[in-house]
Amino acid sequence: MTIARDEVRKIAHLARLELTDAEMDALEGDLNAILGYVAKLETLDTSGVPTLEHAAEAGDTWRDDANRPSLERERALESAPDQADGCFSVPKIIE
Amino acid sequence: MEYEAVIGLEVHCQLATRSKIFCGCATTFGQPPNSQTCPICLGHPGVLPVLNRQAVAYTIRAGLATHGVIQSSSVFARKHYFYPDLPKGYQISQYDKPIIDGGYVEIVTDAGPKRIGLTRIHMEEDAGKNLHEGLESVSHVDLNRAGVPLIEIVSEPDLRTSDEAVAYLKKLRDIVVYLGVCDGNMEEGNLRCDANVSLRPKGQEAFGTKVEMKNMNSFRFLKAAVEYEMKRQAQVLDRGGTVIQETRLWDTKRGVTESMRSKEEAHDYRYMPEPDLLPVVVDPAWVEEVRRQMPELPDAKRERFVASYGLSEYDAEVLTASQALADFFEKSVAAFDGDPKLTCNWVMGELMARLNQDGTSIEACPLTPEQLAGLVGAIHGGTISGKIAKTVFGHLYGSNKTAEQVIEAEGLVQVSDTGAIDAIIAEVIAAHPNEAADYRGGKDKLLGFFVGQVMKQTQGKANPKLVNERLRAMLSA
Amino acid sequence: MTEPTGWTIHEARARLDGGEISAAELTDALLARIARVEGDIHAFNTVTEDLAKAQARAADARIAQRDVHPLTGIGIALKDNMATEGVETNCSSRILKGYRPPYDGTVPARLKADGAVTLGKTNLDEFAMGSSTENSAFGATRNPWDRARAPGGSSGGSAAAVAADLCLGALGSDTGGSIRQPASLCGVVGLKPTYGRVSRYGLVAFASSLDQIGPLTKDVEDAALLLSAISGRDPLDSTSSARPVPDFLATLKDGVAGLTVGVPAEYFVEGADPEVLAAVRAGVDALAAAGAKVTEVSLPHTAYAVACYYLVATAEASSNLSRYDGVRYGHRAQGAKDLLEMYMASREGGFGTEVKRRIMLGTYALSAGYYDAYYRKAQQVRTLILRDFQAAFESVDVLVTPTSPTGAFPIGERTADPLKMYLSDIFTISVNLAGLPAISVPCGLDGAGCPVGMQVIGRAFDEATVLRTAWAFEQATDHHKAKPSL
Repeated sequence: MTIARDEVRKIAHLARLELTDAEMDALEGDLNAILGYVAKLETLDTSGVPTLEHAAEAGDTWRDDANRPSLERERALESAPDQADGCFSVPKIIE
Repeated sequence: MEYEAVIGLEVHCQLATRSKIFCGCATTFGQPPNSQTCPICLGHPGVLPVLNRQAVAYTIRAGLATHGVIQSSSVFARKHYFYPDLPKGYQISQYDKPIIDGGYVEIVTDAGPKRIGLTRIHMEEDAGKNLHEGLESVSHVDLNRAGVPLIEIVSEPDLRTSDEAVAYLKKLRDIVVYLGVCDGNMEEGNLRCDANVSLRPKGQEAFGTKVEMKNMNSFRFLKAAVEYEMKRQAQVLDRGGTVIQETRLWDTKRGVTESMRSKEEAHDYRYMPEPDLLPVVVDPAWVEEVRRQMPELPDAKRERFVASYGLSEYDAEVLTASQALADFFEKSVAAFDGDPKLTCNWVMGELMARLNQDGTSIEACPLTPEQLAGLVGAIHGGTISGKIAKTVFGHLYGSNKTAEQVIEAEGLVQVSDTGAIDAIIAEVIAAHPNEAADYRGGKDKLLGFFVGQVMKQTQGKANPKLVNERLRAMLSA
Repeated sequence: MTEPTGWTIHEARARLDGGEISAAELTDALLARIARVEGDIHAFNTVTEDLAKAQARAADARIAQRDVHPLTGIGIALKDNMATEGVETNCSSRILKGYRPPYDGTVPARLKADGAVTLGKTNLDEFAMGSSTENSAFGATRNPWDRARAPGGSSGGSAAAVAADLCLGALGSDTGGSIRQPASLCGVVGLKPTYGRVSRYGLVAFASSLDQIGPLTKDVEDAALLLSAISGRDPLDSTSSARPVPDFLATLKDGVAGLTVGVPAEYFVEGADPEVLAAVRAGVDALAAAGAKVTEVSLPHTAYAVACYYLVATAEASSNLSRYDGVRYGHRAQGAKDLLEMYMASREGGFGTEVKRRIMLGTYALSAGYYDAYYRKAQQVRTLILRDFQAAFESVDVLVTPTSPTGAFPIGERTADPLKMYLSDIFTISVNLAGLPAISVPCGLDGAGCPVGMQVIGRAFDEATVLRTAWAFEQATDHHKAKPSL
């Protein structure tokens, strides 16, 4: 499986990365090399083998429906690159 | 060309939990922006979600009420997209293994009752809010709502008209509000609805292209939007065009749906099982516990009232219209169960009339169910007549006496002693010889006159049935 | 007579409790050494001098009242991907430069409660993605054994700090070998606990189903001590295990008589440095001499582990790094004309090359049409890898392997070829995929005079046997006493 240049562009867009042309060149090469390497997985017969997404042991992992203190608003906003009127401020969202 | 509309609704309900789905922040509506947030719902580096057990319990309740299958194991999944109101860049939702499968809701249409199928119900977290009003070049983001628990109820495409869609949404709203799992306040956004609408030529089996519609936040707007979209699509098809699969926003001011201006192609959400949360295990014991704690739904209650108490459909419907009224009735029958129909008549008749007259609600009723039970018991046992009971009622209402006490105090015990009644009847007949003769001569209506006289003599306390019987007997003698 | 900075944690504990030295004096000595040596090593992103001194004073008060925990007054360094309230936590990335978390992770909070002294936050490969610490946005860390060589990664800063006596112990994180491999390259002890043994709340996520926090120390006893301090169920981490935490120190010195050591054939093949293989085989012999039974085993799917890892880990990483969007914290590119440009420019400018590479690979593996062939397939292979270990553990108690195929490599040698860098993790990666505990202990030097590490892998939640085996080996040899000259 090889990736073509426009596929690289599409993925970069999905991942919100504004790659330079040089980066795209390098990445196209890198990704293809890596995908070539991981292709060896295709040779393994995994029919009937369950996936292992949850590495953790099963257990009682709930929370009671109780309130815990929220952050003070100033603290919630203190790392914000831009804020106004108690809100995080971002360039206008066009629906 | 005649078209048939095929409509499905995706309804999001905010669960009425105290805290958010994955953290302990409060879920109160209308608070100052970003005053109910913490590192977890803000999506700070290093934080992890922990599931609110009550959110699961509420979801199970909703699934039971809609006859869905509760999955013993379901999985959370990450749904990826970038948007300022989505702190982690993904929403924790459920994808191919939702907690509730299937189910249905019954609505009433002009053609009679109709069953609307549900595809699934799943749990997910809400996003925050983007605010644009009055802002030129920026938008403001308030994350109070981020992390509030939601259930998404997906219907099968079984709806056919805008009225059906509205009826379905109303029914769904009634259910979740009655269950106590959602406040159902559409203006506040705790019940939201997206609609999928497509048209197909009448008689065709295959579905047409469906268009998703958003931003209809009232029943009225849902109806208007669906009707507009049906018209719009019909026009496109009549022209020979094809309906584009897209998302359209309902514009309240202009009364139209508008294609969403977006530079994106269809979203690739890259669903992935959520590695930070274990599968949600729901065992049968828990389902039973939820079932036991569930408030009984109006439909079920109505059926039970007909079956258990022998009430008519109409009576059952009136009594179950409000939970408080239904409870009052049941408590009263629990205190005296000899004649539920009589209890029902008194609740629906005298009691409601008096409450309406006073402008009092059933919740604030100055008569207890037990007091009413005593009254009904006294009528049923023959201690007082129905007529006298009205007097007793008047004394009971607003007092803390029992029916027994009032009857005794006011000397209203019904006279049912045959000897006493015969004596009075004899006096009355003797006092009205002409009327007696007329009666014996065939004027049956005069019985009423005699009954009236006997009642007068006994201050209304004579047992009317007995009076009737003895009068007939003695007049004919 | 060792300088205080050269002590182990348990040696320092004895002297603190015995009144030979105060926590303040010990901390000052460590800070002075950092001031002197750090310029050559660059182990730290942030040195928290004022905080350390204040904590040392508080620790002395506790020691005076005999209100002591094993870590009270002990100078520890934390990898800079663990949230420390009010203290910059930047994961060695420009996208988090200047970011101060509004909360403490569970493990940092426990250390605080125990009275440990936080000396600073150590350098790492950006977002823990790398095997050399060269992917740090703020400069590479140098291996104290040879400043022209890399310390390994991604916990290179923590490993170097321990090796150079800039702290008494450190914490790192391990997703594909990031504690064990730098420990091996720097000649210190590094342990990755069983997945779920230690809370991840506050650990900036790289690959959620693989990450674990663990200790880097000067000897095995210290590793046991530090592991005890940080282990246990955390209600804030749904993946943390409810299993009770055994007393790791109680069985530490029980020896290896009666234990069976498995040696997997697939780990002793070409591609590893002959000196590395020789040193590790000598280590196995030492264990045999100490009373262990040794037997050959096979882990047939070993060759697929790196491929499997680079699909699972990158997919999870691409997801976990979606939150770095410039909206609520971290770097935001200036002058963006609209929201989309803000996202694109912030992430492009904030992330380094390796991080972008992995985000791209992970996004691809999850994307529509490829999910089944890549991510899902890899998760199935992961089950096969786990089954290999489960089968092996039916006949053995621990497995012994080299930690890294080579000793420390020169800085700049592998940066041009990502695949070559990825293969540095070939012996450590399967352990993360299977969620098992493993330790690396020094077991000799390579031809360049740089440390070689031996890895001991145990059954799930059996850190006790792993530690016990490592300790017996350590005591039978002198390797842990070797120090770089600085």
